[in-house]
Amino acid sequence: MPRQQNGEVQRHTFAVLVENQFGVLGRITGLFSARGFNIESLSVAETEDPSVSRITLVTAGDDMILEQVNKQLNRLIDVIKVTDLSEEPHVDREMVLIKVNTEDFRRAEVFRIGEIFRAKIVDVTAKTYVLEVTGDEGKIGAVIDLLKPLGIKEIVRTGKIAIGRGQGAM
Amino acid sequence: MQGAEIFIESLLAEGVDTIFGHPGGAILPINDALYSGRIRHILTRHEQGAVHMAEGYARATGRPGVVLVTSGPGGTNVVTGLADAFMDSTPIVVFTGQVPTGVIGNDAFQEADIVGITRSCTKHNYLVRDVKDLARTIKEAFYIAASGRPGPVLVDIPKDVANASTDFSYPDSVDIRGYRPTTLGHAGQIRRAAEMLAAAERPVIYAGGGVIHSEAAAELHELGEFAATPVTNTLMGLGGFPGRHDLWLGMLGMHGTYTANMAMDQADLVIAVGARFDDRVTGNLEEFCVGAEFIHIDIDPSSIGKNIPVTLPIVGDVKMCLQRLLKELRAMEGKDWYAAHASWLTQIAEWQRDFPLLYEQDPDGELMPQYVCEQIYEVTAGEAIITTEVGQHQMWAAQFYHFMKPRHFITSGGLGTMGYGFPAAIGAQIAYPDRTVIDIAGDGSFQMNVQELATAVQYDLPVIVAILNNHSLGMVRQWQQFFYEGRYADTSLEVSPDYVKLAEAYGAVGLRATKPDEVRPALEEAIRLRRPVVLDFVVKMTENVFPMIPTGGSIKDMLLA
Ligand SMILES: Cc1ncc(C[n+]2csc(CCOP(=O)(O)OP(=O)(O)O)c2C)c(N)n1
Repeated sequence: MPRQQNGEVQRHTFAVLVENQFGVLGRITGLFSARGFNIESLSVAETEDPSVSRITLVTAGDDMILEQVNKQLNRLIDVIKVTDLSEEPHVDREMVLIKVNTEDFRRAEVFRIGEIFRAKIVDVTAKTYVLEVTGDEGKIGAVIDLLKPLGIKEIVRTGKIAIGRGQGAM
Repeated sequence: MQGAEIFIESLLAEGVDTIFGHPGGAILPINDALYSGRIRHILTRHEQGAVHMAEGYARATGRPGVVLVTSGPGGTNVVTGLADAFMDSTPIVVFTGQVPTGVIGNDAFQEADIVGITRSCTKHNYLVRDVKDLARTIKEAFYIAASGRPGPVLVDIPKDVANASTDFSYPDSVDIRGYRPTTLGHAGQIRRAAEMLAAAERPVIYAGGGVIHSEAAAELHELGEFAATPVTNTLMGLGGFPGRHDLWLGMLGMHGTYTANMAMDQADLVIAVGARFDDRVTGNLEEFCVGAEFIHIDIDPSSIGKNIPVTLPIVGDVKMCLQRLLKELRAMEGKDWYAAHASWLTQIAEWQRDFPLLYEQDPDGELMPQYVCEQIYEVTAGEAIITTEVGQHQMWAAQFYHFMKPRHFITSGGLGTMGYGFPAAIGAQIAYPDRTVIDIAGDGSFQMNVQELATAVQYDLPVIVAILNNHSLGMVRQWQQFFYEGRYADTSLEVSPDYVKLAEAYGAVGLRATKPDEVRPALEEAIRLRRPVVLDFVVKMTENVFPMIPTGGSIKDMLLA
């Protein structure tokens, strides 16, 4: 049962270092579903140390829930470290691949929008382009909004990745 | 050395003397290695029984209980016990057999993904894929189960891993980078706690099972007496503070005493110690301890601030934190704590006097369940280890047996598992063969693991089951009476076995008492026999547990009778 939300709901981005082991992702997603926390996005891959994976996880909740997310993640034995990046200056990025309809003389328009957003065109057919766009949430949202009326056929996003600013490391 | 031998050597290195289990194909290499008799294996009649026995053993001794079962159904049968141990922070290590690594994932015979199934009801679990990892995994499993906030750990061992060989050396230390429990407690926070306590006018200590787990009963006792601060215990915390003491308020919560719940309601400071603000304690959070600030001492950071915002969190081992808190308090000079709390303590004494736990036993009338609990207390002089099942009898045991010491009350608190008490009693009895161990049971619950009578008889255990037989699922019937206009759906146990004959059929002793004056002789006889005994106390069917705060209610809704 999702618990009561008493406070103001905020979105936070957590960076989570975990043992690069069988089943760890299952433990994390299981924790979220069992406790009724939501996952807005999640991305995971190995770090420079092959025994450690890094997860970037975006979730929403009030203060009490966000604190619980942090603590419950820490409670997992396979979780090495949790940082709530929203509490500190950080950079976040997401990549998206968008397959857009270019029929009916829309090709130039798609191309122009792509240029504005520094998208790469990574696949071309007579009827479609695939655009690759990287950026923060605002930019990704904006490009999708502009392309929508032209006819998005398919879209895939990596989910957000994020890193703290400055010299410190996790 | 073969995996199965490594298993035994590793358990011996952990000081394990008893394993509770039930065999099967996938675990046979290990059962076969146990044939040497180097570790005692108790053959239970159901895997659920094995886990609750291990829990009883662990709760009575403080040492992890160990379970060994086979793959598939053996594994799925331990799930309830794992969930139970997880909720009540009971240290157990459960080993399951698994199909050979080569066929895992192929829906092999008796294959179940037990690591996947138990992820959310274990503190941690492992699938051992290589015999080289076996010793280290066992080392980690015991370490994780018993340290920090204790809990259940499951280790799944494929059959080919138990058969494979490697060099054996048991690691002497553990280093898990993601698991470093904080034990010491923050010095500054502890100092602030001392200041808050000194400034409070109406403080209450609310102490849970963490006091028992961390062996902190002596410190809690000292804290209460030194700071003239009354103490209430949760169900899991009973025995953490002497159950007969002027500063003891009784148990709190849904079926807590009037005094304990009033004191919480009126307090200006609540010090939660190894407790977790469970809903059976708090009721309606909005109306819980409205005038109080909270200090919360717990080893598990996630317990703090989960249900209730806390003024002062202290993460650490309860025993260490209480020791340091006491030191701070002693260093404060010139405070006369008893004088400072005089009017608060007077108020509490008045509540105690005006609202004690009540029931009436008519000497010629129906047998009252509370009377039986009191008699059990009298006859055992409060020295017995009491376990319970779940229901009304559990609450009466909690209310009317006065627990003076820790590890004398073993009950399923968080999960509320019917069928827990009898196997738990067997586990406790195995740990302490010379003590009196009594399962205060309901007739409904007892039937959920009654098959373990055979285990008790086989191993010649003088464990006693005292059934408060009301011929119904009493606690549910009570709710139906209060909240479902007396529509008693599915709560009558009108068809029940004759418990005396049932006991005899298993080779145990059966005794029955139906009148008040038969209770004591039956109990004395049961204790004298030193054999497994089932006592059938036929009690009043319609008796209810009071006080009662309905679910989600508050002190205003407390029913006293
Ligand atoms: C395994 C399990 N199933 C169902 C319940 C729900 N439940 C709670 S108390 C209770 C009745 C218990 O009856 P009994 O053991 O006879 O004890 P009494 O309340 O009569 O003392 C039930 C069914 C439970 N706690 N555990």
